[in-house]
Amino acid sequence: MKEMTYEFPIEGGDFIKAGHASSNVKKILNQLSLDPAIIRRIAVAMYEAEVNVVAHAYRGTMKVFISPAAIRVRVEDEGPGIPDIEKAMQEGYSTASDKVREMGFGAGMGLSNIKKNTDKLEIQSKINQGTVIEMITRIKSKGA
Amino acid sequence: MAFHHALKIQEDLCIGCTHCMKACPTEALRVTAGKAKLIAERCVDCGECMRVCPVNAIMIEEDDFSRIFDYDCRIALAPSVFIGQFPRNITSRKIYSGMLEDGFTHVYEVEHSTGILKELINNYLVENPEIRPVISSFCPAIVRLIQVRFPSLVGNILPVKAPLDLAAIAYRKKFADEGIPADRIGLFYITPCAAKIAAVKSPVGEKKSPINGVINLNTLYNRVYSIIRREEKGYCIVPEKEQLLPDEMVWTLTGGEARHVHGRCLSIDGISNAIEFLEKLENGTVGNFDFLEMRACDESCAGGILSTNNRFLVSERLHNRAEQYHIDKDKGKIVDNKSILVNREHLIENASLGAIEPRSIMKLDEDMVQAMRKMKKIEKIRNFLPGIDCGACGSPTCRTLAEDVVQGRAHTSDCVFVSIKVKGGDSMNQVVDYTEEIWGKDRFKDMLPE
Repeated sequence: MKEMTYEFPIEGGDFIKAGHASSNVKKILNQLSLDPAIIRRIAVAMYEAEVNVVAHAYRGTMKVFISPAAIRVRVEDEGPGIPDIEKAMQEGYSTASDKVREMGFGAGMGLSNIKKNTDKLEIQSKINQGTVIEMITRIKSKGA
Repeated sequence: MAFHHALKIQEDLCIGCTHCMKACPTEALRVTAGKAKLIAERCVDCGECMRVCPVNAIMIEEDDFSRIFDYDCRIALAPSVFIGQFPRNITSRKIYSGMLEDGFTHVYEVEHSTGILKELINNYLVENPEIRPVISSFCPAIVRLIQVRFPSLVGNILPVKAPLDLAAIAYRKKFADEGIPADRIGLFYITPCAAKIAAVKSPVGEKKSPINGVINLNTLYNRVYSIIRREEKGYCIVPEKEQLLPDEMVWTLTGGEARHVHGRCLSIDGISNAIEFLEKLENGTVGNFDFLEMRACDESCAGGILSTNNRFLVSERLHNRAEQYHIDKDKGKIVDNKSILVNREHLIENASLGAIEPRSIMKLDEDMVQAMRKMKKIEKIRNFLPGIDCGACGSPTCRTLAEDVVQGRAHTSDCVFVSIKVKGGDSMNQVVDYTEEIWGKDRFKDMLPE
């Protein structure tokens, strides 16, 4: 058993459903005997990435690649893209609209929070096309 | 490791239906050979199955009442909700007198310990700012629910004993100090629920419970109420006893605990509400909270499965009695005398709870590669199943049947629809034959044409 793959759609602008994709992935990870602390870190990172798509993009997908060595989560979206990734990584920096902030999102902690909770984070973005975020969490499991 | 469960299915009464199996929040029930069966390591003793059983086939095992007479010093530890069962015109003094008449030598309310607990919770929050939110350890069904379904949150559970254990420690010390040998002191808890029994018989985070036995609240209610009615005027009323403070009186009701904790707190009652919130908490989608009070029963302990009266009435009665305190105090009727405070230091020293271990019921296998293999198989099987969650296979959902098959607890052919497809099913008789192993022999005999 090398790798398992799952894919979940994310709807831009639908804050009510924000968190569904990451919740589904969490349920899968719970069944796979991962350390609860690692699952929690991944869940937090996935949720932040999912909310980013909901708050900024039109639509996206969350793909999860599970192997006994690592969990790789790839979130792709069609959206405005990130003009300055370095700036976006800073805590407290956000381009979220007032409307989004009023809903309790857009505090500018998203990307830095993802970085804190994963072992490797890569961001690629094209203006007016979209953003791809890939995060890797290494796991030490008995089966690895 | 064996788990003690207070909930017992009485096979002679069980009619083999799907009510309990569908209501169980941890999918701990299955039906085989026409009877409901409990999977011990999954059950958290919440009692939801008992609430929905249409024939009262699920009962709560209790210690025999006569066991109290094994001890010279027979102490009843009663939760305030016991007092809340009685109408307002029956004073707590009368209730106590009835309990003494019934055989106890001393009666204390559990909530006398909550004054000290209040301080311990707030101290813990100050000393551990990195642990947020702290989740109350009060409700044993919630503690167990977190262990089995939210293992990543076990570190958030307050490592301080529940009021019941604190009261037991303090009163045991009180009587030991009075020179009574340890084996002559019997502490009996009057329980409003199954989870507290399980907590006493197989405690979490401590080796042995300081409590000797458990009496069901409804049993004692019947005994005491008949004594009070029978001997309306005739029996000796005990002198004024130690009174619960108003805050202590309502501690076990919803919000009774959280309102004493500093910071941002929430009070959540009802096990499905707790699950919904814990899901969100685990996903990181709720804001920052300092303290969560969580109780498995709707209206907290007033809604305990052994509560004899409507939960809203019990709650209202306790609030009324709490108010009565001020009236009595003004009239000079109340003696402020809390014997528990004598052992304050001893209690604080012994209040800590040991490690609470996660024991996930979601893991498919301890080995991740094996777990991945099983996951693949489950997904494959699910494609064959109809996805209507009818329960006719004896598992609560199509997904659990797929899991049960992979874990060797069931067969894919337990699904009626799969059976028809694979084995063929020209007549209703054949289809019914397939389900006999699950629902019992000749279960559907009368329904079929001759």
